[in-house]
Amino acid sequence: MSEHHTNHDHHGHDDHADHGSLKSYTIGFLLSVILTAIPFWLVMGKVFDKSGTTAAVILGFAAVQIVVHMVYFLHMNSKSEGGWTMLALIFTVMLVVIMLAGSMWVMYHLNHNMMPGMTHDSTHQMHEMP
Amino acid sequence: MSEINVTSSAAAGADVSSRFYVREHHPENSTLLGFWLYLMSDCLVFACLFVAYAVLGRAYAGGPTGAELFDLPLVATNTALLLLSSITYGFAMLESQRKRLGSTLLWLGVTGLLGAGFIALELHEFTHLIHEGAGPQRSAFLTSFFALVGTHGLHVSFGIIWLVTLMFQLNRHGLIPENRRRLMCLSMFWHFLDVVWIGVFTFVYLMGVLP
Repeated sequence: MSEHHTNHDHHGHDDHADHGSLKSYTIGFLLSVILTAIPFWLVMGKVFDKSGTTAAVILGFAAVQIVVHMVYFLHMNSKSEGGWTMLALIFTVMLVVIMLAGSMWVMYHLNHNMMPGMTHDSTHQMHEMP
Repeated sequence: MSEINVTSSAAAGADVSSRFYVREHHPENSTLLGFWLYLMSDCLVFACLFVAYAVLGRAYAGGPTGAELFDLPLVATNTALLLLSSITYGFAMLESQRKRLGSTLLWLGVTGLLGAGFIALELHEFTHLIHEGAGPQRSAFLTSFFALVGTHGLHVSFGIIWLVTLMFQLNRHGLIPENRRRLMCLSMFWHFLDVVWIGVFTFVYLMGVLP
């Protein structure tokens, strides 16, 4: 039985033998250095005049860098654990996108529609408060 | 699946100890899958905090704005520390695969030091902000900022505690399968925190200083 046990352990490690190599870690590191440096340069050097453009570009860089980290550092692929990690990831990403986009959309419109009345009321109240 | 194996082997008249082995015949991957699911749930925690920041990030309440508070060179240093710690952890994993205990411990130590440097800089930033009167109670923006960045910092701190514990375990027991599994889990945790930090420095710091 113990022999079976060791065999099983050995087998378990063979499954994970593909967990990165020096090359993949180096490529991932270099890519993420570049993908980090460019957004910092864009913001600190004030490259674009419109902040909306800068925001869109650095968000794009962040998305690419997250994928780079997932692939080169977290070794994501569609086959690991029989595809279950990928399925969990897709589900999480879906939830996160719905939460982020939905909240921002709702709250933006709420602020947009409520703001004029709110500011008026709050300043009014503030004057009365003391 | 394993239940069926247990009953069949028990029926075959195997001794008691075999049951335990059969029970453990779950593929070892299941720990990693479970840990991955934990990371995904942690991801949802961070997503909630990101959403709170997205909604409240411009609610300054007449207080200081991100552009006035954030020190981008400091954030860049922090980012560099965390990124470097990711690659040094990668080196530790590679060394552990080559069954070299000494250099694994060395790279883990370097990772821990880089992580500690990150935490030290973040604490320095936090105390500086609080001394300036820009503590979490100042405005909704600062509340959500401290909640998000502080939660990430707490995760990194716990990661360092885990890392030190693991270094003691490795020193004592060597690169046994259990320790290698733990190394693998901490690797996922550590790289995951780096992924979250990408979101933090982009969404909070860089976008926060934009006019």
